[in-house]
Amino acid sequence: MSIAVRQVTKRFANGFVAVDNVSLAIASGSLTALLGPSGSGKSTLLRVIAGLETPDEGDVSILGEDVTGVPPQKRGVGFVFQHYAAFKHLTVRDNIAFGLVIRKRPKAEVRARVDELLGLVQLDGFADRYPAQLSGGQRQRMALARALAVEPKVLLLDEPFGALDARVRKELRAWLRRLHDQVHVTTVLVTHDQEEAMDVADRVTVMNDGRIEQSGKPRDLYEHPANEFVMSFVGPVNRLGEAWIRPHDLELRLEPNGTTSEAMVERIVHLGFEVRVELVLDDGRLVSAQVTRSEVEELELLEGQILYVRPSRTTVFSGTAMPQGRP
Amino acid sequence: MRSASGSRYTLRTMALGYLALLLVLPCSMIVYYTFKDGLGPVWEALTDPAFVSALRLTLIAVGIAVPANTIFGVMCAMALVRRPPKHGTWLINSMIGLPLALSPVVVGLALILVYGQNGWFGGWLTENGIEIIFSTPGIVLATIFVTLPFVVREVIPVLREVGTDQDEAAWTLGASRAQTFWRITLPAIRWGVAYGVVLTTARALGEYGAVAVVSGRLAGKTETLTLHVDEAYLRLDEVAAYTTSLVLALLAVLTLVAMNVFKPRTHKEVADVDRSPPGHEALR
Repeated sequence: MSIAVRQVTKRFANGFVAVDNVSLAIASGSLTALLGPSGSGKSTLLRVIAGLETPDEGDVSILGEDVTGVPPQKRGVGFVFQHYAAFKHLTVRDNIAFGLVIRKRPKAEVRARVDELLGLVQLDGFADRYPAQLSGGQRQRMALARALAVEPKVLLLDEPFGALDARVRKELRAWLRRLHDQVHVTTVLVTHDQEEAMDVADRVTVMNDGRIEQSGKPRDLYEHPANEFVMSFVGPVNRLGEAWIRPHDLELRLEPNGTTSEAMVERIVHLGFEVRVELVLDDGRLVSAQVTRSEVEELELLEGQILYVRPSRTTVFSGTAMPQGRP
Repeated sequence: MRSASGSRYTLRTMALGYLALLLVLPCSMIVYYTFKDGLGPVWEALTDPAFVSALRLTLIAVGIAVPANTIFGVMCAMALVRRPPKHGTWLINSMIGLPLALSPVVVGLALILVYGQNGWFGGWLTENGIEIIFSTPGIVLATIFVTLPFVVREVIPVLREVGTDQDEAAWTLGASRAQTFWRITLPAIRWGVAYGVVLTTARALGEYGAVAVVSGRLAGKTETLTLHVDEAYLRLDEVAAYTTSLVLALLAVLTLVAMNVFKPRTHKEVADVDRSPPGHEALR
């Protein structure tokens, strides 16, 4: 294991328990996402791993070495902040070189290493600019290069794309994934965006209220959520009584067949290839179905139309026990 | 449109007229009266031992008070912003603000009560041959007292604005706390510090009340430039009064020019104006 967190609890001065007895193991070379809503403790946990917060209980080890009492300077972690934390008075080159200069590496070596990293983060030609002259995406790539310059044992990213607009966010996400495949440094990414977590990470740990709800591969979390929180957090979901149904597990038919319920099409939202159909059931409950464009054309769907729906797959949770998937 | 541009001109005229009447006119009058009788009397005033001594004393007071309050101010601001005490922040804040609210004359009297012959430490100090009141140390103390708040007050909002991200990034990159302070924090807040230093210097140069009380006003001995202006004016030596005033004004201008040493190394770095603390753009 590259990072091992054992029974860590972090309380803030106002008594708020940000991280509540959390244990987590992160495999070497993996890209793990800590996913959760704001206030779920994911950033605090990341900061505990980095040494920027001291846990009240529990311990943290990196590459088998207990680092609980070790200051951030000596942990060998690279940390990337949501708002870039660019050193504004330094050029891009000096930003990236910072850790190497602190380590008093020879000038020629620093120069060569920075050039290499500028290429890696696709900022060649930007070396003499100041952070203020870069776009948000460029600043974050610079911050990433700066963190990678000192060859950290682990790379910790705290909502790295949170301050960027949606398009840049998606681009950077794909780029980060490719970068990770290139450099293989164990990476932990904190995000509140389930799509981002699913897209980038090998493994996702879902957090809520300072506790871990579930850890697993993105697909496992989506298909076998441990509880209602994970079910609703990792993707859109309809709730009908005890049953939880994903929008794409709702079958639309023009004719009833005994197992279907009647519904009226309230709204049809075209999202490119996908179409979201918002429906009102005969008992007044609202559900949404996710279908493809061709299905909409085949069914000749119109707003106000009466349809018959049937869930093709539902999930029912009993208490906090394991889910029971019903085909 | 006509009335809009009309009112704009009215506004401008009023603003400029106000400045002209209250600032430009009196200042130019000083220049005019200084040189009214030619350079001879001016030279005489500048070489008067009382003037030279006053200049020396003012420079000593400024030279000690400004670095002292700059170091204290930055340290105090760091402590208040980065490691705020659980209780009593308001008390510390109001204490720092006190010199601004208190009349300088009161400051002077207070210093006499503590360090004067009949004051708390006075007896002990006299026994040990240390003279504070009616002497240079008293003047320096008074100057430090009245100029204490400026650097702290300028640096606190800038430190808040800058936040801790850059420092934390530096730590994770291996920089010690000291390295982080010198390489990251200080450059990040340098505008606040520079502005605080200018205000401190200006106030230290111009301090009158507190210094007047503690100095004893002995011409050629415990007189600062401001006291010298007053004294020269009272004995109707107008040229000396105006010349000294002009020197004070020039020192103030010099302070502003020295600020440019702190100017960002390139104009590019300033492109991010929206992130700089409000009200400081004008100084760039």
